[in-house]
Amino acid sequence: MQLVLKAWFIFQKDLKQEFKTRYSINAILLFAIVTLVTVSFSIGTFAASAEIKSSLLWIILFFAAMSGLAHIFVREEEKHTADTLKLVAQPMSIFLGKFLFNFILLIVLEIITLPLFFAVMNFSVEGVTVLLSVLLIGSIGLSAGATMIAAIIAKASAKGALFTVLSFPILLPVLIAGISGTKIAVYESTFKAAGAELQMLFAYAVVVITAALLLFDFVWKE
Amino acid sequence: MTKIWQFALFLWLTVVIILAFLWAPLAEGLGEYTRIIYFHVPAAWLTVLSFLLGAIYSIIYIKKREIKFDLYAESASQIGLVFCLLATVTGSIWAKVSWGSFWNWDPRETSIFILLLIYAAYFALRSAIEQEERKAALAAVYSLFAFVSVPFFVFIVPRIYSSLHPDPIVNPEGRINMDSKMLTTFISSLFGFTLFFIWIFKRKIDLIGLKLNLKKMEL
Amino acid sequence: MKYDMQIIVRSLGKNFGAQKVFKNLNFELSDGQSLAITGPNGSGKTTLVRVYSYIGLVGPYLELYEELTALENLRFFARMRGIKDAFNRSMNLLQRLGLDGRGDDPVKNYSSGMRQRLKYVFALLHEPHVLILDEPTSNLDVQGVNTVYGIMTEQKKDKILILATNDQADVKYGDQQIAVGP
Repeated sequence: MQLVLKAWFIFQKDLKQEFKTRYSINAILLFAIVTLVTVSFSIGTFAASAEIKSSLLWIILFFAAMSGLAHIFVREEEKHTADTLKLVAQPMSIFLGKFLFNFILLIVLEIITLPLFFAVMNFSVEGVTVLLSVLLIGSIGLSAGATMIAAIIAKASAKGALFTVLSFPILLPVLIAGISGTKIAVYESTFKAAGAELQMLFAYAVVVITAALLLFDFVWKE
Repeated sequence: MTKIWQFALFLWLTVVIILAFLWAPLAEGLGEYTRIIYFHVPAAWLTVLSFLLGAIYSIIYIKKREIKFDLYAESASQIGLVFCLLATVTGSIWAKVSWGSFWNWDPRETSIFILLLIYAAYFALRSAIEQEERKAALAAVYSLFAFVSVPFFVFIVPRIYSSLHPDPIVNPEGRINMDSKMLTTFISSLFGFTLFFIWIFKRKIDLIGLKLNLKKMEL
Repeated sequence: MKYDMQIIVRSLGKNFGAQKVFKNLNFELSDGQSLAITGPNGSGKTTLVRVYSYIGLVGPYLELYEELTALENLRFFARMRGIKDAFNRSMNLLQRLGLDGRGDDPVKNYSSGMRQRLKYVFALLHEPHVLILDEPTSNLDVQGVNTVYGIMTEQKKDKILILATNDQADVKYGDQQIAVGP
């Protein structure tokens, strides 16, 4: 439990830094809004199907995540605080703390973007709880995978583009299941309808978190 | 002795090509394009094999930390990338002939494309790191991380795309209809190309061994 | 808690890939002894110096979080290390290093000399048994240097001190010396 406690301290530290600079939240929020506006504008008066809108939602979320979720590790490397952190924490605490941060960041993004998306894109769903569940569980897997990749690219050069290139194939299952689940939520309000997607998202989250916990040690010590 | 095996391998593959182009019968409706299966399926199979091999060597590197294992993983991935490109292109040609368009995002096409992305990402990562040991470590981790996410495509992609495309997903090989001549050619090709892969991979390993020895001597 | 510590290093070598950084280093350090490591830049001093726990470290690539204030930084590290009575210890150390009154300033407002001094506060917060200093007096003015020398003297009295430096004045604080290089 020491481990989890330390992870919590790290999370609080990162949160405090974020409150002071608002760097990450600004980046992803701005990106999401710009993309949303662009999408809405380019579709214009044409009626886009619910299927297409579902896809667009996840595209916006994914690329917004790509613009802000790597900061948590990149900043530590660039400001030379990574080694300092190494002195006081084990790798697992560091991963958990930063994973939690990225997860919260993503949720905050969704809380703000989702209503905007509904309004601007004239999007409506039958199964609101289904949609929220898909988003929630999908976000767990998305942020876990992104956090792990962020740790990997933080030690490389050309970080920005590399982050997206590396993340896309790994996070694609979340995108696919998320889009599918969202489409289903448009028409259905039962969990059973999106059962396969929810199960898959949950399984994915479990697998990715487990793999990350096993491999993170190795990445961080490099 | 190895020279004999090498010659035998090339002979085998030459025979396979001859069989594929001159002996095996054509499938209905596909005409000359039938011949693609003899090369497309082995290429796809080798892509998967390379991917598996890369993951295995990545684990070994993580456990043993000897640079040669990272170089083996890189070699496997290089071969995999080439065969992945071949598989994607030949598959795309096949798709055009069978279903009318070069790309459909059908489960199999999507899977091979994702593997292509993973290989590309792997090499992008490698080229973005200077220090040998760090490059090896991070590449190994990414390799494994990618490996665990791949199985999900097998399960999730068919569900999504069967709902998008009302047409049943047709087995591109038309396996059910393969007659004995086609089957013979097909199996021979699969076997021959697997040996080909082993041969290339072994040459790469030998080359790596030489390079490492040379480095040791220079010190 | 009192314990006797001894560091014994035998045939220490480090490779970066095919490049040998140093080999066959031997030294022993017991309580009450100090060691100075010298060598040209790139000879591997800093690599040697990367050990942690029971250990306080000051070095050029061990920065603190500049968006946070000094006290927020110290509070975080104290929590991570489980240090009791951290606030008082922090305040005392800040004063000792000439930073009192600056505890609530964000570190990004600190000058390089102040940052260096803050690093000492961070390193000494948990009263480490082994104090390792990489470039101990860089960025410091005369007053800062004197404070640091005081710290080094105190540490080497009954605990272990290791420093990596090229500054001849610093080297004197090492009872033993080893030179690192090809």
